[in-house]
Amino acid sequence: MYSNKVLDRGTPERTCTTTVALHIDGVQVHVPAGTSVMRAAIEAGVKVPKLCATDSLDAFGSCRLCVVEVEGRKGYPASCTTPCEPGMKVKTQSKKLADLRRSVMELYISDHPLDCLTCPANGNCELQDMAGVVGLREVRYGYEGENHLTGTKDTSNPYFSFDPTKCIVCSRCVRACEEVQGTFALTVEGRGFGSKIAAGPTDFLNSECVSCGACVQACPTATLMEKSIVDQGQPDHAVVTTCAYCGVGCAFRAEMKGNEVVRMVPHKDGKANHGHSCVKGRFAWGYATHPDRLKKPMIRQKISDPWREVSWQEAIAYAASEIKRIQAKYGRTSVGGITSSRCTNEETFLVQKLVRAGFGNNNVDTCARVCHSPTGYGLKQTLGESAGTQDFDSVDFTDCVIVIGANPTDGHPVFASRMKRRLRGTPGKEGAGLIVIDPRRIDLVRMPHVEAEFHLQLKPGTNVAVMNSLAHVIVTEGLAKEAYVRERCDLVEWEKWRAFISLPKNSPEALAADTGVPAAQIRGAARLFAAAPNGAIYYGLGVTEHSQGSTTVMTIANLAMVTGNIGRPGVGVNPLRGQNNVQGSCDMGSFPHELPGYRHVSDAATRELFASVWGRPIDHEPGLRIPNMFDAAVDGSFKALYVQGEDIAQSDPDTQHVQKALESLECLIVQDIFLNETAKYAHVLLPGSSFLEKDGTFTNAERRISPVRKVMPPLAGMADWEVTVAFSNALGYPMHYDHPRQIMAEIAKLTPTFTGVSYEKIDLLGSIQWPCNDAAPEGTPTMHEKQFVRGKGRFILTEYVATPERTTRKFPLILTTGRILSQYNVGAQTRRTENKVWHDADVLEIHPHDAEQRGIKDGEMVSLQSRKGETTLRATITERMQPGVVYTTFHHPESGVNVVTTENSDWATNCPEYKVTAVQVVAHAKKSEWQREFDTFSATQEAFVPKTAVKGETS
Amino acid sequence: MDGKKLVRMANEIAAFFAVDPARSTAIEGVATHLQRFWEPRMRRAIFAELDAGATAGMHELVVAALQTHRQKLEPAAS
Repeated sequence: MYSNKVLDRGTPERTCTTTVALHIDGVQVHVPAGTSVMRAAIEAGVKVPKLCATDSLDAFGSCRLCVVEVEGRKGYPASCTTPCEPGMKVKTQSKKLADLRRSVMELYISDHPLDCLTCPANGNCELQDMAGVVGLREVRYGYEGENHLTGTKDTSNPYFSFDPTKCIVCSRCVRACEEVQGTFALTVEGRGFGSKIAAGPTDFLNSECVSCGACVQACPTATLMEKSIVDQGQPDHAVVTTCAYCGVGCAFRAEMKGNEVVRMVPHKDGKANHGHSCVKGRFAWGYATHPDRLKKPMIRQKISDPWREVSWQEAIAYAASEIKRIQAKYGRTSVGGITSSRCTNEETFLVQKLVRAGFGNNNVDTCARVCHSPTGYGLKQTLGESAGTQDFDSVDFTDCVIVIGANPTDGHPVFASRMKRRLRGTPGKEGAGLIVIDPRRIDLVRMPHVEAEFHLQLKPGTNVAVMNSLAHVIVTEGLAKEAYVRERCDLVEWEKWRAFISLPKNSPEALAADTGVPAAQIRGAARLFAAAPNGAIYYGLGVTEHSQGSTTVMTIANLAMVTGNIGRPGVGVNPLRGQNNVQGSCDMGSFPHELPGYRHVSDAATRELFASVWGRPIDHEPGLRIPNMFDAAVDGSFKALYVQGEDIAQSDPDTQHVQKALESLECLIVQDIFLNETAKYAHVLLPGSSFLEKDGTFTNAERRISPVRKVMPPLAGMADWEVTVAFSNALGYPMHYDHPRQIMAEIAKLTPTFTGVSYEKIDLLGSIQWPCNDAAPEGTPTMHEKQFVRGKGRFILTEYVATPERTTRKFPLILTTGRILSQYNVGAQTRRTENKVWHDADVLEIHPHDAEQRGIKDGEMVSLQSRKGETTLRATITERMQPGVVYTTFHHPESGVNVVTTENSDWATNCPEYKVTAVQVVAHAKKSEWQREFDTFSATQEAFVPKTAVKGETS
Repeated sequence: MDGKKLVRMANEIAAFFAVDPARSTAIEGVATHLQRFWEPRMRRAIFAELDAGATAGMHELVVAALQTHRQKLEPAAS
């Protein structure tokens, strides 16, 4: 259960502006209409005993412990299900109520094991607490009769156990699974005394359960219990911090014993997640103390040499001397750096500062290059700011959702739960409409109580064609919100765009052959979206990771503007960012053409501002982007790279080209918590620190800057920001920071959208959405409210241009890649947790027709081949795929999925086209040549690491 | 830098701007994009392709952009 040190108000908050006045135990309270008596009592300072109620769930009224007396009414109503009424006079304590409650508790306890002292919930058990509150002193029924005390504990889930002997069948777990998570995996099986909680006809592990932890959090007893609590006992303190996984940026309570994390529980007051979590953030944090963690700095001259463990001072001095040597020999622009979306804002800010001011060039980039760089470009061009327009809460107000190129239930599960709730609808409010645009039948297309009105199952690579045809229908059928456009948008550009989009070539009929989507479906979807009072578009890497990624982002902005859907809650353009700090790393000036705050390096005034504070001139030319760095390395003009917290050797496309580039470097400096794939090509290895070991901030997909708190000391002795500072100092560009709050102060000083941000304000508000400045001192949940950041919204002509990647007789299928719920990005973190139970290898999803044609059986090994390379992995036959399209993930390095992907990229940003690769699949059991070489190379490199460097032993 | 790869990338930029009915706007779009997003050695390399007469595979808007806006696009000598 949630910590009993945190006040539980029993039922959810109501936000009605009409208030109701009533008396509870003689105290007058005013609450919003619709508030329960139980919650109002809390406002009056009275805690009514309860068991089946908790403030994250709608009232249920089953336990009968929260009964009260209401003057003038007969009986004893449950306070959780009784709404407050004006003038109501409520009594929460009387002899009769006490007798009733004691009797209820007596019945519960008569069928409950009395092992409190050895129970893992001891000290944090609502049942135990309530027994004390009601004054239970005896159980008259004895324990000999029929009971549930012989049930078998289900320990199948790696993170929590289910002990039916302790269950009181309050249904909190079932309701949490339904209302909060939206998976409907749990049920109450049987009737009456035989009622029991079940995860379907199987155990938890093999059920539909997604291990979000909502049921465990809701359980008032030890029935559903974290195994970490069973093993370690109850925590002694908690620190609120931010999850280091996806771009939802959930707030968590890190519940601690000294420096040891006992459990991570989603923070109820977290504004991004409102007390919900997914399997990764909630449970998969064990990697932070995994034995593979690097604990000692290491250096070597050549990658064929074993690593030599050295002091921090020696490692940093060596790295600095190599950068100086290489710049002296090959020139100022022969070196660069890569920041990480897995690191904090402060850390990415420092790395780009080091490159711009210390290295003296703009060769800095971030892993957002390979995911959301088209978002930055496309939204800046159309709306004027490189960020999403809404907060997550906005989805509560939407009437129609478009999900394009995103799979929120796997990639952004906590936000997906929120979206599903809106799609299901709530009492008195019909669910929102849903249009899914995706080559795969993702779960959202049809799942319990959610079904898309339209699934536009397009061919990979035709996003622009589909989006243009949707806009074509809206414009040519007179569904455009012209009044909005005339007030808010650049009319010259609008007229140009209207003429373009109205051309017959953009009609759904003309494009159907390209997209594979029947025109009638496009027309129906366009009409549905245009008719919605509030329409919102959510998108992910299925939009950006294409040769027309930036163009698709522009089509999304065009569609939002033409339907009047920007500038208020319930609408907007919502990029679902992949990693936790993608937005932040971009905000912090990690792109080679932009200084912090998205200001181009060619702007003299901006350069002067930074030069005046940093004491060094800023180059006016853009630097190399990551793919350009690889090309320049192969070419011989780029010789050294500092990589903080990224694994480009695994995550970037065309692996063999990346490997060749890394091998071409004279000095590769890798800072990471593990010996990742990139580190195997490094000359300097600097141990990184996990999110639990440092202070800082992350900025999530809704521009929310949230605190990251140090709850344990860095395993290797230095936080990542301290390493960059030391590196810069050794290079001869001194940095003076004692704490990340000083770095944030510098960011605020230099960045107009951050001028109001400080650690003090983050502490006060919990989190802040930028822009935060004099105009918006507490931040900006919704952007572009009165006008667009660029002034007038700009429609941009978005011609559909087919990808150069074409299927051929040799490569007749299209491969598209993505992510899965239990694993995260390159898997460096989640592979080192029990999450591998769900996904221990990347598999290739293939349609039954394609499999049959090739004689491939489910579960067989197959060779996946493209013009760039080949790899072998296991096939899964599924109708989620359309014929002609196969899919896999890239969470495991030995899968070598990126050996197959190509050098094609977005025309504007060079974001790789991961989503379209022409391939062939053949039944084949042997590993590919690349995989065999990978095995040998990896084994050699791992053997090069002294055991003391990972075990932390004294050498 | 691989000149042929850069030509292919520049052609893709041109394919985006080509839709603009005003040819001069399209040419300027290509040039501005190269200026704002291509690091100097990339621009030098594509000028090397142009100067070597390798224009056969170049989108005509790329050729026009490089020729018309050479002064603003050509980086200072390193």
